[in-house]
Amino acid sequence: MSSSETNQKGRYGQYGGQYIPETLMNAVHELEKAYEKYSRDPEFNRELDELLKNYAGRPSILYYAEKMTKDLGGAKIYLKREDLNHTGSHKINNVLGQVLLAKKMGKTRVIAETGAGQHGVATATAAALMGMECEIFMGKEDTDRQALNVFRMELLGAKVHAVTSGTQTLKDAVNETMREWTKRMDDTLYVLGSVMGPHPFPMIVRDFQKIIGEEIKAQLQEKEGKLPDAVIACVGGGSNAMGAFYDFIQNPEVRLIGCEAAGLGVDTEKHAASVAKGSIGVFHGMKSIFCQDEYGQIAPVYSISAGLDYPGIGPEHARLAETKRAEYVPVTDEEAVQAFEYLSRTEGIIPAVESAHAVAYAMKLAPTMEKGQIIVVNISGRGDKDVAAIARYRGVEIYE
Amino acid sequence: MSRIEQAFRGKKAFIPFITGGDPTLDVTEQLLYAMEEAGADLIEIGIPFSDPIAEGVVIQEANERALAAGCTTDKLFSIIKQARQKVSVPIVFLTYLNPIYTYGKERFMERCAECGIDGIIVPDMPYEEKGELSDVCKSYGVDIISLIAPTSKERIRMIAKEAAGYIYCVSSLGVTGVRSEIKTDIAGMVKLVRETTDVPCAVGFGISTPEQAQKMAGVSDGAIVGSAIVKMAAQYGEACVPHVAEYVRRMKEAVDAACIKERQEQQDE
Repeated sequence: MSSSETNQKGRYGQYGGQYIPETLMNAVHELEKAYEKYSRDPEFNRELDELLKNYAGRPSILYYAEKMTKDLGGAKIYLKREDLNHTGSHKINNVLGQVLLAKKMGKTRVIAETGAGQHGVATATAAALMGMECEIFMGKEDTDRQALNVFRMELLGAKVHAVTSGTQTLKDAVNETMREWTKRMDDTLYVLGSVMGPHPFPMIVRDFQKIIGEEIKAQLQEKEGKLPDAVIACVGGGSNAMGAFYDFIQNPEVRLIGCEAAGLGVDTEKHAASVAKGSIGVFHGMKSIFCQDEYGQIAPVYSISAGLDYPGIGPEHARLAETKRAEYVPVTDEEAVQAFEYLSRTEGIIPAVESAHAVAYAMKLAPTMEKGQIIVVNISGRGDKDVAAIARYRGVEIYE
Repeated sequence: MSRIEQAFRGKKAFIPFITGGDPTLDVTEQLLYAMEEAGADLIEIGIPFSDPIAEGVVIQEANERALAAGCTTDKLFSIIKQARQKVSVPIVFLTYLNPIYTYGKERFMERCAECGIDGIIVPDMPYEEKGELSDVCKSYGVDIISLIAPTSKERIRMIAKEAAGYIYCVSSLGVTGVRSEIKTDIAGMVKLVRETTDVPCAVGFGISTPEQAQKMAGVSDGAIVGSAIVKMAAQYGEACVPHVAEYVRRMKEAVDAACIKERQEQQDE
């Protein structure tokens, strides 16, 4: 599969497309044209590079986890430290690109959905920096669970709307942001947080995130003089995974492994494992794989991690799963929490509970591999936000 | 001549919308009879969906009520098949693509044909993605009702060129729901459609009063009302039928008045 598989309509095999109300069609076409123009514009790219370097703190470190490697007794483990970016996750890579694009398009207002709050905080941050009005839509349940992030966004000057429709979580936040965009698009851009939604979003978000994999490749070349044997990342909508995987798609010898949230287990109803348990459908502007019932009603999903608590997966991931270029594996809450604690104790790095899903699978995989082999785990975010939830999971009643 | 063509022939159409299965499937059946009796020219029925992104709060809540009450696509088909024996006005489904896709496109349209469904409105299937259903709709004789929006501009001609049944003219930006005022130049949109096709244009989104219905029908071929009716289902529950019937009667009168006015104006010229 070549990197040019995206055709004009934003298809990845049968997946992708633009399944949105007519009212929004000219808005997404406007975005397509603007992206085509600015992504080739040297001035735009210079400004974005500058922001990534001097504001977000790129390149992020590729860290050799020596203690973890020795403890697991197999493949060498490297951690890509996206948690060290400004705002604490990979989300900043995408929002700096999209908010800068919005500004070039003459927009004065950005809107975005958020689950745990990482994308919301990143968007509010970029909006503050670039002087844009910002409104964030967040499920009511998530605003309660992540009250600190709500205040953080407000501190950054954003207006946060608690979404009370449907299941009051991430998918409903996406619904509400889409609805808001159909009301007002002249001065507003929807800054989508993952490699999902209607074309051109999956392509734009992937392009702004692919720097993760490009850096991994260059950094590992410098340290080890070779490609990794496996790249592991967690997958909700799939932006950090797509960012980490993309530059390696052309290297078939590199295993690409996406870790889905299995919640209480894929044999229960409490999970968010779209590839393992979902089926093809059309939702949130894209044809992809979704957790749904026999009538196409989108299923309520569950994960301890709010960032992976989404009933679908981006269309390019669906394609990578279909062609078997990438593998998608389920990781339960319990496995993720154990990995969260393990990485904290072993390396002194507290990962986001989302990223802990990837760590958990690396812990299973590393001992089965040769000592000379290399695994890169994408630590997509830092875990400060999850400390209270992990404590509660372990029966310690603390609140933020 | 198709049932939809007949609905617009020599008159302007009043088109009520209800969410199927809200509050119960039994009420949906009764509403079909009562609305036809009260003068509805065509009836739109929404298949309840978990995530209706083009809908405002009123219809979102109706979707939730219907799903909670156990409405499924199959049950809705059964009730419509039964009602079809008595109802002669065209019936059009409004549904998102996922319920059709998951049901199986072929199987879905086969059921539509069997139950006398005349057309489908799919708010998340724009012109560019119409290929998803166009062949299968054609082979089962189900019209795909195209939507045009205030933002469509140069797209209107392209959409109108391939339109069938009627064109759903979205009056305003945003989602469905009652609006105090409609500011879009609907006449301008309809004029663009007219340059390309004779397929009738009905205006929806935001209409709730007879005055609005008369005004909107005055510049087009009909008025579509959803949220204002769905609100009655929310307010009166299973007792909503006479209230909806009375409302449809008044709205139909307003639409007829627009038709009479237009004829007089044409005679004066």
